[in-house]
Amino acid sequence: MDFELILKVYPYFLEAAVVTVELSVLTIILGLICGALGTAARLSRFRVLRFLGAAYVSVFRGTPALIQLFLLYFGGPQIGIQLDAFEAGVIGLGLNIGAYMTETMRGAIIAIDHGQAEAARTLGLSKAQAFRKVTLPQALRLMIRPLGVNINAQIKGTALVAAISVVELTYTAQRYIGSTYKPFEMFFLAGILYIILITITGKGVAYLDRKVRLP
Amino acid sequence: MSDTSTTQKSETQKFVDIRHAQKSYGELEVLKDISLTVDRGEIVAIIGPSGSGKSTLLRAINDLDPLTGGEVWLDGVQINKDLPHRQYEKHINEMRQQVGMVFQHFNLFPHLSVRENVTMAPKLLKGISDAEANALAEQQLTHVGMLERIDYYPSQLSGGQKQRVAIARALAMNPKLMLFDEATSALDPELVEEVNLVMKRLAEEHMTMIIVTHEMDFAASVCDRVIFMDKGVVVEEGPPSVVFKNPTQERTKEFLRKHLSQYAESAK
Ligand SMILES: Nc1ncnc2c1ncn2[C@@H]1O[C@H](COP(=O)(O)OP(=O)(O)OP(=O)(O)O)[C@@H](O)[C@H]1O
Ligand SMILES: [Mg+2]
Repeated sequence: MDFELILKVYPYFLEAAVVTVELSVLTIILGLICGALGTAARLSRFRVLRFLGAAYVSVFRGTPALIQLFLLYFGGPQIGIQLDAFEAGVIGLGLNIGAYMTETMRGAIIAIDHGQAEAARTLGLSKAQAFRKVTLPQALRLMIRPLGVNINAQIKGTALVAAISVVELTYTAQRYIGSTYKPFEMFFLAGILYIILITITGKGVAYLDRKVRLP
Repeated sequence: MSDTSTTQKSETQKFVDIRHAQKSYGELEVLKDISLTVDRGEIVAIIGPSGSGKSTLLRAINDLDPLTGGEVWLDGVQINKDLPHRQYEKHINEMRQQVGMVFQHFNLFPHLSVRENVTMAPKLLKGISDAEANALAEQQLTHVGMLERIDYYPSQLSGGQKQRVAIARALAMNPKLMLFDEATSALDPELVEEVNLVMKRLAEEHMTMIIVTHEMDFAASVCDRVIFMDKGVVVEEGPPSVVFKNPTQERTKEFLRKHLSQYAESAK
């Protein structure tokens, strides 16, 4: 392995890793928003909203994320949506992970024993109050770890935007292979940086989970 | 229903008045035209075989399982009024504040301390201050002998302690009526008595109570009246001394033969 080469190029990889972090943060935020909206829709008492929520989830989980990205980035202009590669990456992957997060959040909410909301209603709380004060606080605790799994997948999933030429970690590795002909070193370096990101995030999720755990 | 019937109590209006309660799940008729009244301060036990509709009836009183027919009145106000959705929600939330309910599986809020379990609803619904809420929690928890555990979480309590906290939580809303659905059925035998004692104390304080129970001894010693239900109808009702010792209906006799061997022995 050519360590000298790695030492020479790693600053450029760090810069690219910053883009990967930006993509991750933005897509995760968008994903959480879509997940919350999707969950609200899927648990709504209105049939139309339930249908739309279910359709969102099955479309985005039922097709490859790469196709979704291509459709948005290459197909978008055809129907009047002009996005640069980074924007398309954030929106495409955010909507994609949001579908998975919808199922995570919904799963946590319906896992809370119905007797909990019932006890709250018995005391005179409205449906909304019972949800806010009783079901949601318990569901939030329950969804931290599975959302962590979604987040882990999403950080690695940002590599897909290399296919639409966003200059992030994976794209950078590919580009340096073109000039150095050292694919092992380049992908190794990129892999190390992904592991660092994933490990830090994983520790953060575990910390949060411990922090709010009930006695 | 006329307006006057909701605002004026007629002489004959009972404190709890269930009129022609009917409940079906699809084809299955679980409550068949049940009419039943309870006086203020009266303590009524509902007994009967599994699946006879005891829980369904109890849960119909505060509309957790809405009836498909009939009316439930509390203190001159109809609980299951026919109102537009929004108005009904407001109405039922107000009514439920007046009816405490205790469940077989406690349903304490695991993310809240004992204190918060008791104060959450009064703080939210009655707008009392933190100081008032704390005083209320201390008072109610003293009442059920749980003051020392005020800052524990439900997972740190025994079943009997959980149920006593659940009773305190219900009482903190200052209800007019308490409903108990097999409050001791999920408890280890040695923990039943501490919950029964709390319920007995409530009885001495003349709380109006409807108690679904499998414990015939408890029903006999605490309740003013026993109602025997089977297959969605009230088969027989009367004072415990009559229903337990001289039941008139064959179905009651058969049920009691199975469930009352102990009591029958001790009553002789
Ligand atoms: N949500 C439901 N859907 C369909 N059937 C139901 C539902 N809830 C209750 N039932 C049926 O209604 C009948 C009465 O049930 P209920 O729980 O009131 O009985 P119970 O007298 O409380 O019995 P137990 O002593 O076992 O608690 C049973 O046959 C039960 O299967
Ligand atoms: Mg029952």
